[in-house]
Amino acid sequence: MLAFYGFKDGSGDWFITIDTDKCTGCGACVEVCPTQALAVGENAYDPFSEVHVARVKDEERKKIRYACAPCEPGYGAKPPPCVAVCEPGAIAHSEAWQQSYGNK
Amino acid sequence: MAEGTSNEYWRWPEGKWTNPDIDWKKGTIIAAGVDVGSVSSQVVVVVDGELYSFGNTRTGYDSPDSARKAMHIALEETGLTVNNIDYCIGTGYGRVNVPMAQRTITEIACHARGANFMYGPEVRTVMDMGGQDCKAINCDEKGKVLNFMMNDKCAAGTGRGMEVFADLIRVPVWEIGPRSFQIEKEPPMISSTCVVFAKSEVVGLLEQGVPENDIMAAYCAAMAHRIMELLNRLGVHEKFVITGGIAKNEGVVKRLEKELGIKTAEKKWHKPEYKNYPFDTQIAGAAGAALFAEAMVSKGKAKSVRKA
Repeated sequence: MLAFYGFKDGSGDWFITIDTDKCTGCGACVEVCPTQALAVGENAYDPFSEVHVARVKDEERKKIRYACAPCEPGYGAKPPPCVAVCEPGAIAHSEAWQQSYGNK
Repeated sequence: MAEGTSNEYWRWPEGKWTNPDIDWKKGTIIAAGVDVGSVSSQVVVVVDGELYSFGNTRTGYDSPDSARKAMHIALEETGLTVNNIDYCIGTGYGRVNVPMAQRTITEIACHARGANFMYGPEVRTVMDMGGQDCKAINCDEKGKVLNFMMNDKCAAGTGRGMEVFADLIRVPVWEIGPRSFQIEKEPPMISSTCVVFAKSEVVGLLEQGVPENDIMAAYCAAMAHRIMELLNRLGVHEKFVITGGIAKNEGVVKRLEKELGIKTAEKKWHKPEYKNYPFDTQIAGAAGAALFAEAMVSKGKAKSVRKA
């Protein structure tokens, strides 16, 4: 399942996508995230699944643009640490960060 | 109750229903789902996986109280009490505050499951248009979520926006849909999707003397367009259904269908034996929660908490 966390507003699409079929729940992304926006826990969208997966914390979902900006192109590492550390390649960031911060 | 008071145009009709064909005393597993949304609260009770009763009411300022009120509506005159229920799951915006629930499940999972039960296993895209958010969900034939997109940061294109609009133009909220088609030609849509800005735009139109029906058409069109953006990103697959309160507003639904080029599935129960049962698009989330509760107990994932 693709879980989209974040929001869309007048300035663009600010989403983190986590593919719960790929995610192993290893927690590497949680450790590298400098703003502690991620957590590992039960798969909230499949109550019968016993596999734990990563998610964006509830309280961070509406602030994701600001939480993630420091890691984005032009500011921080490329790719962002959570994406780089994810072995199964389960995490992706939407394009708006690239468009807004890429040339700065 | 102040039902029909002259200045409460946003008040939509509440509902309740009990299945006359089922005797709960003969059932093995009685499960309930409580969906406390930001605007409305629903309770659905299922007996051995079959729909037994539901209640649909407005959410007050106190969500435990709203949950209790909805539960009372669903259970009254049935002889059932909360103590007879094996397992209860809370969902929706206020799910952490449902006193009778044993656990919570996100409304995304519940709406997909509920739509699968109500409209049938061919459902692939569910658009839930709630009180203060809207979410697009793609699911499989079992009602399992494949992906979803949520617009939880803004009330544009939501039920509450429609209520605010109804109050502003002084037309009962359920008349907006039909009246939005009583126009000569489709007016340009309200350009702002933000409820606050749309409101000032509507006031402007009223001052210019634009006919009320045209303004309703313009607002419905704007709302349909807003939902389109969400659906475009996620992708729409047939069978496509809309759940939640806005599904009852044909002014939005028909305009959305036109813009998408896809028809929404007919609002009728998938199970043929349910054909005479009332169909309420608002109960999808609670129905999903009740079915999850039933499955939890019957699959042995959760223990029954039945006291009586």
